[in-house]
Amino acid sequence: MANAMAGGRVRRRSHNPKKKLIKALMILFFIAMAILILLPFWAVFVGTFQDGSMLIRYGLNLKLDFAEASFKNYVMLFTDSGDYFRWFFNSMLLTVIQVIATLLISAFVAYGFAAYNFKFKNFFFVCVLLIMSVPFEMLMLPLYVQINDMHLSDSYAAIMLPFMAHASTIFFFRQYLTGVPKEIIEAGRIDGSSEYGIFFKLIIPVMKPSFAAMAILNGMNSWNNFLWPLLVLRSGKKYTLPIGLNTLLTPYGNNYDLLIVGSFFSVLPILILFLCFQKYFIEGMTAGAVKG
Amino acid sequence: MKKFLYSKKAAPYVFILPFVLTFAVFWVIPLAKSGVMSMEKILPGQTEFIGAVNFKRLFSDRVFKVAVINSFKYMLFTLLLLIPIPMLMACMVNSKLVTGKIKGFFKSSLFIPALTSVVVAGTIFRLIFGEMDTALMNRFIGVFDFEPIKWLKGAATGFAALLSLACWRWFGVNMMYFLSGLQSIPEDYYEAASIDGASTWQKFIKITVPQLKPTIIYVLTISIYGGLAMFTESYMLWQGNNSPQNIGLTIVGYLYRQGIEKNDMGYASAVGVVLLVIVLVVNIIQLMATGMFKKEKK
Repeated sequence: MANAMAGGRVRRRSHNPKKKLIKALMILFFIAMAILILLPFWAVFVGTFQDGSMLIRYGLNLKLDFAEASFKNYVMLFTDSGDYFRWFFNSMLLTVIQVIATLLISAFVAYGFAAYNFKFKNFFFVCVLLIMSVPFEMLMLPLYVQINDMHLSDSYAAIMLPFMAHASTIFFFRQYLTGVPKEIIEAGRIDGSSEYGIFFKLIIPVMKPSFAAMAILNGMNSWNNFLWPLLVLRSGKKYTLPIGLNTLLTPYGNNYDLLIVGSFFSVLPILILFLCFQKYFIEGMTAGAVKG
Repeated sequence: MKKFLYSKKAAPYVFILPFVLTFAVFWVIPLAKSGVMSMEKILPGQTEFIGAVNFKRLFSDRVFKVAVINSFKYMLFTLLLLIPIPMLMACMVNSKLVTGKIKGFFKSSLFIPALTSVVVAGTIFRLIFGEMDTALMNRFIGVFDFEPIKWLKGAATGFAALLSLACWRWFGVNMMYFLSGLQSIPEDYYEAASIDGASTWQKFIKITVPQLKPTIIYVLTISIYGGLAMFTESYMLWQGNNSPQNIGLTIVGYLYRQGIEKNDMGYASAVGVVLLVIVLVVNIIQLMATGMFKKEKK
């Protein structure tokens, strides 16, 4: 036995040069892959200094040609961009409201599922799972008709209301809350809090870490949401950033000057957030994944 | 009344009320409506019940067939590309050979594309796959002496552009899923296998893959769903819902075309119902094949 183990150790040591080679190859692969993935962003950055008509003719490029580069697009964005910053502001506002409302409402519902046993509990929880597994795209037309019937079209309420009790967020919060000790709830009851008081005073503070992950995930989805706002919104003043950017592409010609620099700036807020809160982004994305 | 609402008996129902309301108003009613609408001819101001006519029309509709084939092709290729490769990458990242900053840099740079909206990503890729010989992709293949290609005009090349957009956006995210799955595999398994003299490949096949099964099933499920419901990527890449010869048309694209662009809500609802059936059937087959139902019976 001792011999076998010693043998193993010797064998491993003799593999060292091979290991070094593998390590070098892996580092090379990592760097090459990262560059490949980041290349489009660099191309867009370079594109922001180019004339829009040149972009249409020549496509995106990687070389920043200092002789031809100009800040024209940037100047236009900040002085003469029409509604761009209105769209930007709309997106910000919508994202903030949607995230706060979705988190609070979903947490409220999730607590109901996690803390109580009641009649039809399983039935309603199956409904949560059902929503998660049916494509929204399939329901989008009847939902659109429904929103029109409710006289809500062209409003932010129409964008937010159907998703406030957000199925996958509820699911995630419920999973999180089942790990929270029941003693907290009992202690609250003994102290004379109402059932809702327990939720607001005792449970919400406990949920803070899970809020961070879901805030980022929901925020990302809301900031980038396209299809549903495209259906619902009609007046240009209410457009969100993706919808507004999309209107720069028209059948009569494209405003690439503004589009390229506008696209670049639309990625910036979420990118800065990501670089500050990487951990939570990844937690949020992978949270629902591992259930085995 | 107030006393009742505050009782311990009523509280759980109050807690789940927002969900029940949302479910009823924005889900059950539209779903039922969708079923009814799919059997109607809907004109402004008047609707007429026509039974299965929409479905009959749908099954002999050649454009719809094209859309279904495109969606399935896209789904299959994204499964083939977006599961094995991110899994291998996750194993590489997880290995102890490389540590420190490079790892972190690699992980976050792969994740960043997922942050961009499809509108922006589609615009970028449309410009990268431009027609001119100076566009990025044509320059790249030019290095290998290939002639410039009109990428987005051909079926195969347009599809390649669509797939590279999908890979660019989702490689990193799927890798993260697998990485978090890898964290839960006990280290002892590998140590035991090493003592038994297992090779890296054997360890991967005998330990990593079986242990990752829940993650694989999860990624498979969301990829099937995402693949079959894809629309916006194609919409942005071809600057609208009209690609040449419908090479980028998907099921949802067809639903959008019939319902919004042509205002034929009844026919579009039939497309939606068929999509729902397809997604459910594919998911059930997938879950049966991967043994999820069996596992629950235990």
